[in-house]
Order: sequence, then structure tokens, then C-alpha cells
Amino acid sequence: MTILDTPTTGQSVDSPLITIRGLVKYFGDAPLYDGFDLDIARGRIISVFGPNGCGKSTLINMMAGLIPIDGGEILFGGKTRRETRIGYVFQNYREALFPWMRTRDNIAYPLKLMGWSKARVEARVEELVASFGIGFDLNRYPYELSGGQQQTASIMRALAPGPEVVLLDEPFSALDFEMTLFIREKLQQVFMETGTTMMLVSHDLEEAVYLADEVLLLTKRPTQVAEVVRFDAARPRDLDTLSAPAFIEAKRHSLEVFQREVRK
Amino acid sequence: MSADMTDPAPLAAPPDAGSIRALPSRAQARRRAARERAVGLLLPVVGAVALFVIWALVAQMKLITPILLPGPIPVLATLVQGLAGGKLMMDFAVTVLRTLEAFAISAVIGMPLGVLLGSNEKAYRSVEFLIDFFRSTPASAMIPLFLLIFGVSDFNKVAIAAFGAVLIVIFNSAYGVMNARKQRIMAARVMGASGWRVFRDVLIWESLQPSFVGLRTAVSMALVVVVVAEMFIGSTNGLGHAILDAQQVLNVKLMYAAILATGILGYLLNILFLYAERRIVHWSGR
Repeated sequence: MTILDTPTTGQSVDSPLITIRGLVKYFGDAPLYDGFDLDIARGRIISVFGPNGCGKSTLINMMAGLIPIDGGEILFGGKTRRETRIGYVFQNYREALFPWMRTRDNIAYPLKLMGWSKARVEARVEELVASFGIGFDLNRYPYELSGGQQQTASIMRALAPGPEVVLLDEPFSALDFEMTLFIREKLQQVFMETGTTMMLVSHDLEEAVYLADEVLLLTKRPTQVAEVVRFDAARPRDLDTLSAPAFIEAKRHSLEVFQREVRK
Repeated sequence: MSADMTDPAPLAAPPDAGSIRALPSRAQARRRAARERAVGLLLPVVGAVALFVIWALVAQMKLITPILLPGPIPVLATLVQGLAGGKLMMDFAVTVLRTLEAFAISAVIGMPLGVLLGSNEKAYRSVEFLIDFFRSTPASAMIPLFLLIFGVSDFNKVAIAAFGAVLIVIFNSAYGVMNARKQRIMAARVMGASGWRVFRDVLIWESLQPSFVGLRTAVSMALVVVVVAEMFIGSTNGLGHAILDAQQVLNVKLMYAAILATGILGYLLNILFLYAERRIVHWSGR
């Protein structure tokens, strides 16, 4: 807990970015989280994987401040949620973007909320367009775009303010395979360029391991950390990664832990 | 299991030369598509033409006495004459004006009030009974009361129609806000939007589509109440007055023409609002 006492400036890169201590969350009378602790290091991609109903999405929703917690604390480099810039990507992109705004304005929305000048907003959006290599017309409304394009726009919106953490709730689940591959690569590329800490809920173990530096495996409820599996393969990872022995071993081990937890 | 029995059969039978020749060419397919489009455009007219023909036949054969049912041609002639600068045109204009006034009042009061009530569910629940009660009370039942309050004035007709319409607008706008997609609100909040910004940037927009349903219903209601009020509240003009006046002096042609004019007005208002909704709430249903 020393992290609480250190000033936010001048922290070492090794100090955990996210610290969760004694987290408690009840749904009715049933405990979902009852004294849950977790440290997440800066500049990593963390995949969250676990049994059905263990509260993967609930965890990142609590981190995002979208669901109230019943006890404990979640801090970001010692700061509260309110003081932290968080990007969030929903599974259901259709209901995450604002259909009354053009796609460009959707991406610019968080910047306008922060009171940026028009020129600065413009410049930032152009920067994102360049780094994402966007080939579609941002002056269209979201409903005129394909699902993959909409989710790409959602991710650009989440990244626009340069967040300290990006939380992604099953961002690929509603997409077809082609789009999933495309956005996965974009995500990895953005991560390599910016080093933004990302936490990604996944229901696909292969995808979870492929993207992650650490796979956070959760138990059944009341949920605890079953194990954190490290996967250190160099980036950019590609198709060859999927057949590399280290990948296969990390995936096999994760599956083993997962099955052990499900059978408990 | 029936699939096992039926499926292999078509696969087993190779397409013979005859069936290949029977396939339509591209030009034929285009012609067929064009024909289907033309039929699609004509279909809505079929009912109207049929009614017109039956009406003409019934009148021609005097199955109903001409005092009650004149032929469609003289009625349409009266309608066109009346609307092209006759007294009917004035009545039409007066009714349009009153309906739009009543509608404007109900929209200006109802939409902000509905959105405000909807964004505070406790506030809405506390007045829900009142809204539902008066929404269920026919506005025409309130005409005598409004007569007492406003007297036999022109504004009386507008006021009572606005009363009937405003509750519909409040109800729909409030529910529009209450049923706003939770995830859009969450998306705004997670980006740091304050309560006010969520209201301004999300809730109001989310409520627009249901609000438009309310506005469209409200303008129909306003027209109904205005026409009724014109019949009974010492009126000297308006379509309601024209219909009743024509009936009193047994000018049946004019009565039918005035009824048709009212129908045209109602239909046009509905179309106008549908069009406006599609333009303004362009994302609706997508």
C-alpha cells in the first residue's frame, strides 16, 4: 500500500498503475467479490478470463466507475477514479456511439467535454485518423458504417483523450472474424505506439493470450485471482505467434487453470 | 427426421436442359422488377378508386336517396371550388391555424416538461396518475368547463385542444427519456460528462424519437378537438362549423366536401410530421 503515499509524479515505471484492495461487491445477498486484491502494472495489456458469471465485466465496470462498489478501493497510480482519465470500449458498439452525431464528432466528444479548443480537437482527431489508417468517411453517421468500422470509431473515441487506462468489455464479440482480426492488430499497433495500459475482458482464450502480456484468470464467485499467466512474446505478434511453443504453452496452462476452477 | 427423407431428392436429380432454359434472362428479371415496382406504386390507389367507383354506382342507382348521398363528382367539384377561394378555403385556413396554435402551445410546454419529468423518475411517478387520468379523459368532456373559464372566445378552442394535446406530448417525451439506452448514458459518463452534459448531449436526443411519436399523435388530437369545438362553441368559422352548418341547412354536397377537407387536413398533417421525423430523427430505427 506504499503506492498510496507516493505522489503521483515521479513514480517509477515498475510501480503498479492500478491497485485494487479489499474490493467487495454484492448482488443481492450473494457476494460476487468479497475481499478482492489486484495489482496491475503500467504499460501492459491484461486479458481477463474466467468462468461464466464470475464478474469479468463487472470488474472493469467497477474500475470505470459505472457500477458502484460496496467496499474496498480501486486506485489508479494513487488517484481516485474521478481524477483518472479512463477510456472504455463497449461490446455493443451500436448503443455506445451517439447516432445523432457524425462519426468524427463522436470521436471528438470526450475532447470537447474536456474543453479543448476546436483547433486542438481537430488536430487530435487527424492524428488518430493517421495512426489508425482510417479508410472510411468520418463525416458519415455511425449507423452508415459497418460494425467493424463502428467499433474502430469507438476505440478511437476511447483513445482520443490519451487515457491512462483503456478498459475493453469483450470488444470483438459482436464482430465478424475479419473485423476481429483487423481491430486486434490495430489495438496491438496502438499499444506499441503509445504503451497505454489496456485491460480487456475476453471470452476467447486464444485471443486473450494472443493480445496479453498477462492473462488474469479468475475463479468462480466469490471471485478471486486464480492465477496471472505471463506471456512475454515480442510484439508485433502475428500468425506465427499462434503456433509458437511459448504461446501454446501459455494457452494450455491457462486452460488447465480455467478447467480446474470451473470444476471446483 | 423428415429432412433426411426430403433433402437428398433434389440433390440427386441433376438439372435437366429444360429447367436451364426456363431460367429467366437478366433482361427479363429487370423487366419483372420494374413491373413489381409499378404495381407497388399503384396498390395504395386501388382502395381509393374502388371506394370512388362504389360511391358513384350507389349514387347513380339511387340506392341511397340523393339527399343523403350525392354523387362523388358534384361533391369533389364543391370541394375544389370551395378550397379554390370559396368560403371553405377560409374555414380550412382557420382550422389549420387553430390546430397549429394548439399544437405549438402543447409542444412548447409539453416537450421540456416531459423531458424534465422523465429525467427525474420520482418526479414523474408523483404526477403519473394525474397525467394518465387526464390523458384518459376525453378533451371534449372539458369543453363546458373551458367555456366557463375562457368564455365563447376563439382562444377557448385553441386552449382546449392544447390541453388535450399537451398531456400526450408530456407522456411520450417523459417515457422517451426514461427509456433512453442506458449504455449511451454510461458511455457519456465514463468520458467524464456531468449530469447536465448527459442530459443535454444524450437524454434529450434519446427522447427525440418517442417525442416525435407524441407530437404526431398530439397534432391529430388537436385537430379532433378543434373540429369538435368549432361545432359547438358559438363558432362562425372553421371546418367543424362548416360541416355542422351545411348539415343544418341540408347542403349535403357542402357537408361531404367539408368532411373530405377535414380528412385531407388530418392526412396531410400526419404525412408532414412523418416526413419531419424522418428528417430530424434520421437515426431512428437504424
